[in-house]
Amino acid sequence: MTVPTEFPDPTTALRFADVCVSYGNTDVLNRLDLTIGAHEKVSIIGPSGSGKTTVLRAAMTLVRPTSGNIEVFGQNLYQEERNGTFRSAREKHVRHVARSMGMVFQSYNLFPHMSVLQNVIEAPVSVLGLTKDAAVDRAERLLDMVGLRHKSDAYPPQLSGGQQQRIAIARAMALQPKIMLFDEITSALDPELVGEVLDTVRTLAEETPMAMVLVTHEMRFAREISDRVAVFDGGRVIEHGAPEQIFEAPSEPRTQQFLRAVLG
Amino acid sequence: MWDWSYAADITPDLLRGLLLTFQITAMAFVVSVITGLVWAIAGRAPNRVVRGIVRLMLEFVRGTPLLVQLFLVYYVLPDYGIVLKASVTAVLVIGVHYSTYVAEAYRAGIESVPREQWEAARSLHLSPVRTWRAVVLPPAVRFAIPPIGSYLIQMYKETALLFAIGLPVLLAEARSAGGFSFRLLEPFTIAGLMYLAVSVPSSMLVSKLERRYDRAH
Repeated sequence: MTVPTEFPDPTTALRFADVCVSYGNTDVLNRLDLTIGAHEKVSIIGPSGSGKTTVLRAAMTLVRPTSGNIEVFGQNLYQEERNGTFRSAREKHVRHVARSMGMVFQSYNLFPHMSVLQNVIEAPVSVLGLTKDAAVDRAERLLDMVGLRHKSDAYPPQLSGGQQQRIAIARAMALQPKIMLFDEITSALDPELVGEVLDTVRTLAEETPMAMVLVTHEMRFAREISDRVAVFDGGRVIEHGAPEQIFEAPSEPRTQQFLRAVLG
Repeated sequence: MWDWSYAADITPDLLRGLLLTFQITAMAFVVSVITGLVWAIAGRAPNRVVRGIVRLMLEFVRGTPLLVQLFLVYYVLPDYGIVLKASVTAVLVIGVHYSTYVAEAYRAGIESVPREQWEAARSLHLSPVRTWRAVVLPPAVRFAIPPIGSYLIQMYKETALLFAIGLPVLLAEARSAGGFSFRLLEPFTIAGLMYLAVSVPSSMLVSKLERRYDRAH
């Protein structure tokens, strides 16, 4: 697999158009429209059950939308042109278009039987075809960045949640994604470990041009790091705008209600 | 009464039978762990027809006695031009028969791997083959080792059935020794002890494996 070299729309990382996801009779995403620029950092906030995580899962191809379109740099993720018409895309197409995305999960999801180093070099070697030496080089730089190079030979169960999550970030970065999806990455952590993970993400946001979408409950962090904040309710975006606007002068009553509830 | 010199006379024959039992068990075990893995993975194929065929096959093999399968392959298949040596028949039939149980052990192991591991592999764009090999199978096989160990011991004991297709395994040697001399006490006692001498330590080893695994979780 190769990263598509020419994107139809290099300025738009992700575009959700009229996207629905339902489990049985429940609509988790309800005609969602959302656009994320190529270098934009966007936080998604909102009450639990509002479909925030599903947005990331649909983009990462972990759940297939019931209807609607998702475009990655202008390429349609779930539809492909065959014999002159657009049809439901086959696995090969989906995988190809999704290649420029990486994801970090709430529960880290490191491979427990692999050492930290093996976790980080696995994809560069088997997906990008890097030599082991080149992959180790890259992995060590990333582990330096998250401050855990000295844990290279440790196994995930021996590490704290915060350390595991920083390694999960390094692992996802090893494929040099153009879009990073962060799914409530501090929600499973003990409070004293949240800071180290947010610091890592802050560094990434400052130093890399990639697009970032963060589903988060850390309101101060969202405000500080984001170019734009999108507020979710009922499976769609009810309001979005610059962080100052959302946090200081939200126009939607439901946003005001939500912010009162979480900020006290 | 127990006759020590007679017992000493027949012991070399019985040991030869024990050796053959070991060889057949070992080869059948290799067949079962490989074939079992094929069933376990094919049983999760995206294609529904493939899954259906695998399930039917497993039900059929598990639902008929090993002895019937041995007879079928050894005495009936030659009528259709397929002639296999007794030892080859033994390895294939016992191997395939147990592969269906081993497949269950693998299946449980595969299901013990959390869905999040598959999702992490997908988010890292690993190919399906690589996902199986690097992410799913290592913990799944570890999980399956204790039950597969118990099947190995069962296979070893079940080789006794092979006297039915004329193979001089341990039990068959005991029987023929007894047949010549009309003394049954010594050959069957010694054969029984030889089976025990192998299966009791192996069982202990398997439960040790199980305990070690439990602790790891």
